[in-house]
Amino acid sequence: MLWEIDVHPRRDNSGQDALDREAADVAAVAAELGIVDDLSIRSARGFLVEGPALGNDQVDRLAAELFADALVEQTVAAPIGDQRLLQPPQPTDQGATLVQVLLKPGVMDPVAQSAEAAASDFGLSIDAVRTLRKYWIAGASEQQLQEISSRILSNDAIEQIVVGPLPFDRLQLGCEYQFELKTVPLSGLDDEGLRRLSREGQLYLQFAEMQTIQRYFAELQREPTDVELETIAQTWSEHCSHKTLAGRIAYRDQQGERQFENMLKETIFAATQTLRTRWGEDDWCVSVFRDNAGVVRFDDKHNLAFKVETHNHPSALEPYGGANTGIGGVIRDTIGTGMGAKPICNTDVFCFAPPDTASHSLPPGVLNPKQVMRGVVAGVRDYGNRMGIPTVNGAVYFDERYLGNPLVYCGNVGLIPRDKSFKEPQPGDLIVSVGGRTGRDGIHGATFSSAELTSESESLSGGAVQIGNAIEEKKVLDVLLAIRDRGLYTAITDCGAGGFSSAVGEMGENIGAEVWLDRAPVKYEGLSYTEIWISEAQERMVISVPEASWDEVHQLCAAESVEATIIGRFVPTGRLVLKYRDQVVADLTMDLLHKGRPPVIREATYLPAPPQALVLLPQEDYTNDLSAILGSYNVASKQWIIRQYDHEVQGGSVIKPLVGAQMDGPGDAAVVRPVLDSRRGVVIACGMNPHYGQFDTYHMAASAIDEAIRNCVAVGGDPSRVAILDNFCWGDCEKSETLGSLVRAALACHDLSLVLETPFISGKDSLNNEFSYLDDNGEKQTIAIPATLLISAMGQIDDVSHCVTMDLKAAGNLLYLVGVTKDELGGSHYALIHSQAGGSVPTVDAAGAKQTFVSLHGAIKQGLVASCHDLSEGGLAVAAAEMAFAGGFGAQLDLSLLSVADDSLSTAARLFSESNTRFLCEVAPDQAEAFEKQLAGIPVARIGQTDAHARLVIQESPDGRTLIDADIAELKQAWQQPLNW
Amino acid sequence: MPQPKVLILRAPGTNCDAETSFAFQTAGGKPDVLHLNRLLESPRLAADYQILCLPGGFSYGDDVAAGRIFANQIRHHLNDVMQEFRVAGKLILGICNGFQILIKSGLLDADDSEGPSASLAWNDSHCFIDRWVHLQAVEGNCVFLAGIQRLILPIAHAEGKFVARDETVLDQLEDAGQLVLRYTADDNPNGSLRNVAGMCDRSGRVFGLMPHPERFVDPTQHPQWTRLPEIAEGAGLRVFRNAVGYFS
Repeated sequence: MLWEIDVHPRRDNSGQDALDREAADVAAVAAELGIVDDLSIRSARGFLVEGPALGNDQVDRLAAELFADALVEQTVAAPIGDQRLLQPPQPTDQGATLVQVLLKPGVMDPVAQSAEAAASDFGLSIDAVRTLRKYWIAGASEQQLQEISSRILSNDAIEQIVVGPLPFDRLQLGCEYQFELKTVPLSGLDDEGLRRLSREGQLYLQFAEMQTIQRYFAELQREPTDVELETIAQTWSEHCSHKTLAGRIAYRDQQGERQFENMLKETIFAATQTLRTRWGEDDWCVSVFRDNAGVVRFDDKHNLAFKVETHNHPSALEPYGGANTGIGGVIRDTIGTGMGAKPICNTDVFCFAPPDTASHSLPPGVLNPKQVMRGVVAGVRDYGNRMGIPTVNGAVYFDERYLGNPLVYCGNVGLIPRDKSFKEPQPGDLIVSVGGRTGRDGIHGATFSSAELTSESESLSGGAVQIGNAIEEKKVLDVLLAIRDRGLYTAITDCGAGGFSSAVGEMGENIGAEVWLDRAPVKYEGLSYTEIWISEAQERMVISVPEASWDEVHQLCAAESVEATIIGRFVPTGRLVLKYRDQVVADLTMDLLHKGRPPVIREATYLPAPPQALVLLPQEDYTNDLSAILGSYNVASKQWIIRQYDHEVQGGSVIKPLVGAQMDGPGDAAVVRPVLDSRRGVVIACGMNPHYGQFDTYHMAASAIDEAIRNCVAVGGDPSRVAILDNFCWGDCEKSETLGSLVRAALACHDLSLVLETPFISGKDSLNNEFSYLDDNGEKQTIAIPATLLISAMGQIDDVSHCVTMDLKAAGNLLYLVGVTKDELGGSHYALIHSQAGGSVPTVDAAGAKQTFVSLHGAIKQGLVASCHDLSEGGLAVAAAEMAFAGGFGAQLDLSLLSVADDSLSTAARLFSESNTRFLCEVAPDQAEAFEKQLAGIPVARIGQTDAHARLVIQESPDGRTLIDADIAELKQAWQQPLNW
Repeated sequence: MPQPKVLILRAPGTNCDAETSFAFQTAGGKPDVLHLNRLLESPRLAADYQILCLPGGFSYGDDVAAGRIFANQIRHHLNDVMQEFRVAGKLILGICNGFQILIKSGLLDADDSEGPSASLAWNDSHCFIDRWVHLQAVEGNCVFLAGIQRLILPIAHAEGKFVARDETVLDQLEDAGQLVLRYTADDNPNGSLRNVAGMCDRSGRVFGLMPHPERFVDPTQHPQWTRLPEIAEGAGLRVFRNAVGYFS
């Protein structure tokens, strides 16, 4: 029998409501989106509970003791169909429309799963539980109601709306699967037929690849089965094989032509290889560009694993679920590195369109950027916090071109014992799936993420969108670390894009594998063998277990309520054989999968943008400009986001994302101490500058690298122990100029890495970040994202007690500017707030940067620096303002004292130029001599001092003109207000 | 008396067990971290320990409500064991999710004939929040707070608003000396009634609090340590020292 238990905010007898926060939130968003002001709405949460012998008493007990807290909530419990379930909470609401929101069947519902177990613990026989949300809305028009339902209450990718009573009286899911082997006729297809099959079958393979597959099966004199075709498509997908960047590229720029056989290998990997050879015995890289994450040395007992992934396309369609599973996925990457790392912190970087983009200007199929941002932040929050992994670092960038294609980068650092850093599955090992069950979730995620988004994507690929279940992953993590430490498996990897197909295919690449698909535990009946094989259901890991260890593995998992199932065996055949109930449904050679893809050959061209002067009129006063930059979305305080993340769990927090006298200043990098009885720290930072890419992606990449490293150095990180990751998010790389701009960025990565001696240890790319739609005239419009390279840095520090923060510490201290200021306002925030194009983009003097980093690190390590802040967006003026208001002290600076490349440098450039490799340092007078001595040979200038006046005053000698004079509280207000949601 | 043994209980979703264990160890205790399933299988295991700790995290995902499912497991299966533990004069500590579990399982003397009279509800902000707060201890018999007047610790929760059925209940709990830890009046992060951040049972030996003392054991955990005079250890360690010291 099916019952419903509704949980309402408690209302007292006077008719006065308790706070209905859910309703208040919906009403606020409805007003914000301009749908309706002062919406009259009430909300409740509902639980559908099905059990063969459930009666009134039992349901009432569940309502009182499980589902509701009588102190703040009240319940309505009744069999489905009962009128009481439809009644509005208050008699005064008569006539309100009831809108019910349910997850679509098969979408992950963690609360329902937990509730089912918890209800059973009452000694009741429970078949199933589902959750729903209910809203009673009054006084809205039909049109408004429709808009509220579809744009605020639900997301069509995962949820369904029911207006009025529920149209079912049982919770059955799935139906029995009738096995039928499906083959796909390939032999007779002409060119157009092959292209159509690739597109309509959601294989997203290129024509040459389809031809190769056709030839392979022609030689075998048979047609492929559906699952064979899916396996090849997934293994060869851009997402899994990185065929463009690791492919052949003919690159041409003003200096001539260059042929790459494997572009990534010959640029970024090559630099790391050169460094490792140069270091010889001192090489501190352990495993680079081969495992799920890059691994470097940490201390005598541990290594560190680091990986950053993107989850852009799912987040565009369903921000919460996309970000949720994005962070869940990258955490599995480090768990699946070597023999398994323990995740110790997260970093998350997002790119959105400005949150104040008008709703009516959005193209079809595009979600409001503010809602996207809220959903993404909530998705990361709910997964990271539940996993107990502190989210310590991040950044958010805004640009209109991220409108249809927001970027969500999720990163994770793991700690791994030195002797567990490598894996090798053995022939004969059992293939064991650990964790969540397999469902229809995320079918075609790997191939979908390699396609361009369109306004139709939602209906086409809704199955690729999922919700995560963090607690399942936490359970898997806990038990796998215990199993790892007992040495019971020989290899581990995660089920990410491509599901079992990708995990088993990669693990068995050098051996061969036989998989028994009918053994995989499923969430519900009715899954075909193909669905089981390519499902991207979350929270699953695959381990290879020697037969003798299986019993112990199984027992350990069972002891922590984690499901572990044998689904096959690694057999030394060099083939991938899939069986369903003993029937062979696929039989492919590993060679075809991993070496058979025809090389992708691409043209790439780079044409330098013609130089353009930046025209800016000199001003008398720049205080308003400073406030405007502080209040621009990129620079503004991200406190609203940061405080929603648990950044202190695991107890190793040393430098938090917000620092200073009021704990609200913007720290340059986070520091954590992952081993609680050690003083050694890990530093996490990032660098990114999409606005420089329009000028030159080489300098954009160089600037991002410099920024990521200088953020590490600013808090005390050792510049000789910084490892970095590249994450390229680009547009359609079949366009030669787009690919050319990417190659040029990769060349910069190579060059900078070598000179700075900073190795890249892992990376990832996401191409085709373009959104297309039909405009009002029926013409196809495409928005491509700006070239966006995220550089994530993981530094180390011997003793965390040497760390410094960016907040001013005392009055009467000296301020030194380290580094040279140049006329580099191109792409700067000063140019942005004045809506001016042109100018020179910041460049990096890599050799000089290396010296500066090493010298400054020495000064910080000796305790000579009271505070230190890197100069980035907004240049010197913004850095000085942030240091002042974070510390609660004033500062006076004289711009004529700067180290400059050219004495005629304009006042605006002195204030706001974003030249790289610069730091503003606070030094106590009695340390000044030692500080200057330590920085001998480095461009450094004493440019001012701190005071107790709570004002930032910037002048320029010789005439002593005051250019900025502002109350630091007002500057802080300008900086905090824009994103203070 | 030898080092007291500390049983740190973890359930699916518990995530502060390692640092809580480290804090007890630093304070001189002898902690073991045990999965709740082991105690459900063999409730007698608890008898070996002097201190029981429910650490922070999201037990069972905080699905349905924070701490509810774990609390029901105690009510259904472990009530006798817990009562014996209390009667034997031993100590129970619940931190954050552990406090949510304690109050919902009836171990804090907040149940009456009508059922639970106090609980922890959603923050007024309707949002998870991580920040440091100023706290004041109320003088009384709470073992864990002995000698502590003021304290600064981090909170990290979404459901930490202390609520009670009515003013009478609040008065009773206050008069019984149970509302022992308060946010300072200007630093209440979640709307808790009477600024309650932590409460104990009538004996003072069972204590639950929303802030995380295990996150202030090392001086460098303090959010302003780079601008403050050096200290020897984090102030949160005192809570664990008090517990361990109670048995020596």
